[in-house]
Amino acid sequence: MGLVDGMLKGSVRALGKLITLIENESPGSTEALKKIFYHTGNAYVVGLTGAPGTGKSTLIDQIATSLNAQGYKVGILAIDPSSPFTGGAFLGDRIRMIRTNEEQDIYIRSMSTRGSLGGLSAATGNVIKILDAFGKDFILIETAGTGQAEVDVMNQTETTVVVAVPGLGDEIQMMKAGVMEIGDIFVVNKADKDQVDKLVEEIGKMLAMGYRSEGWVPPVIKTVATKGEGISALVQEILNHRRYLVEKGLLQDKRMERVQKEILEMVKNKVSSGIISRITEVNAIPQSSLNEILSRQKDPYSLVEEIVNHLPPFPRY
Amino acid sequence: MEVRNITQDIKGVDMLQNSRKKTRILVAKIGLDGHDRGAKIISKALRDAGMEVIYTGLKRTPQEISKIAIEEDVDVIGVSILSGAHMTLLPELCQLLREKEAGDIQVIAGGIIPRDDIPALEQSGIKGVFGPGTKTQDVINFVQTIINS
Repeated sequence: MGLVDGMLKGSVRALGKLITLIENESPGSTEALKKIFYHTGNAYVVGLTGAPGTGKSTLIDQIATSLNAQGYKVGILAIDPSSPFTGGAFLGDRIRMIRTNEEQDIYIRSMSTRGSLGGLSAATGNVIKILDAFGKDFILIETAGTGQAEVDVMNQTETTVVVAVPGLGDEIQMMKAGVMEIGDIFVVNKADKDQVDKLVEEIGKMLAMGYRSEGWVPPVIKTVATKGEGISALVQEILNHRRYLVEKGLLQDKRMERVQKEILEMVKNKVSSGIISRITEVNAIPQSSLNEILSRQKDPYSLVEEIVNHLPPFPRY
Repeated sequence: MEVRNITQDIKGVDMLQNSRKKTRILVAKIGLDGHDRGAKIISKALRDAGMEVIYTGLKRTPQEISKIAIEEDVDVIGVSILSGAHMTLLPELCQLLREKEAGDIQVIAGGIIPRDDIPALEQSGIKGVFGPGTKTQDVINFVQTIINS
């Protein structure tokens, strides 16, 4: 358990290696997570989502240095998509985090989605816990940025910031189901470009038409991240949202729901990987069955029923 | 009866590749050197070979590169340098890594590095030097070899 102890004592080397252990689901990772869990519960998680090119990395850089200057300990996870063909990834978000790269105390980790859809990686939730245990007050997450509703981010974060820029046809982008609902704060970045006020107005109108059960009215903030404009207002709104959630008891509700979802997800994954190993082992789907299905001698649904009925009972996975 | 691995598609690609261990490599531009074309080409090749490539961007100091390498827990650092300052900067990077208990991270270098300088660089900790004309596949093979050792 040397890595966990090293991390808890503040070693960045141990922290980095521990994240790798958990990301790879290497032997010892579950034991490590069990130990780490009891040191979590302090960190507040903020997610930034939005289409590629909207300036998320630059914004995170600014938000992180602002929070750091106010005395908070900050960690950043920058997530980029993996190639579905090669499994590789180019993780280039941290290039733009110029100021935080120089800040010794702000920890940045780049992660690949490793095949997950939804903007985050399967390990993100656990990596957040490690940064929490390490002592971070704020964990900022940059999603892979597909621009579509990245619902994973909602499950993992407490404040979700949606970033848009003028001139990308964003009024229509914003109307796509999910994007408006997931944002707690909306940012129009590159606000020195044309049509910025039009976009701000569009977003405002759509928010007014929507319904938020928890009563929080998402603010719309103009920023020019490269110049640092609008950043203090943005950081203030993040802190406001956090205070709002705490005062209304909503933070506790969110965390309760997240734990529930996490447990269900982990049970699902454990069971399904056990089943996949088993059916591979017993060659439950031989080439001959596939041929029969393709030549319409057999249907896939019946084959599935046969496979499931022949699975050994729990807990033999 | 042919046995088919149901988790592999027709090309043999593992469909459940999610948590397979990946090689993480930091491609770093060190010192006052504005040439990034080679670094970007090699980054793309390494990515296409299935690795997770983190790129530092231009003009990084040895201090910054060592910090990034440790945070990202990379297996290898590939430093690109065309400015001629390699005899100062590369040994400094290796020294910093050793001081920070990250001497197990392997460092390779590429760019404009005269052959005569290679022995001294290897002495200071550089595992391989790849000059102009290097085939990207050679770098990929080398990285895969040193990872497995």
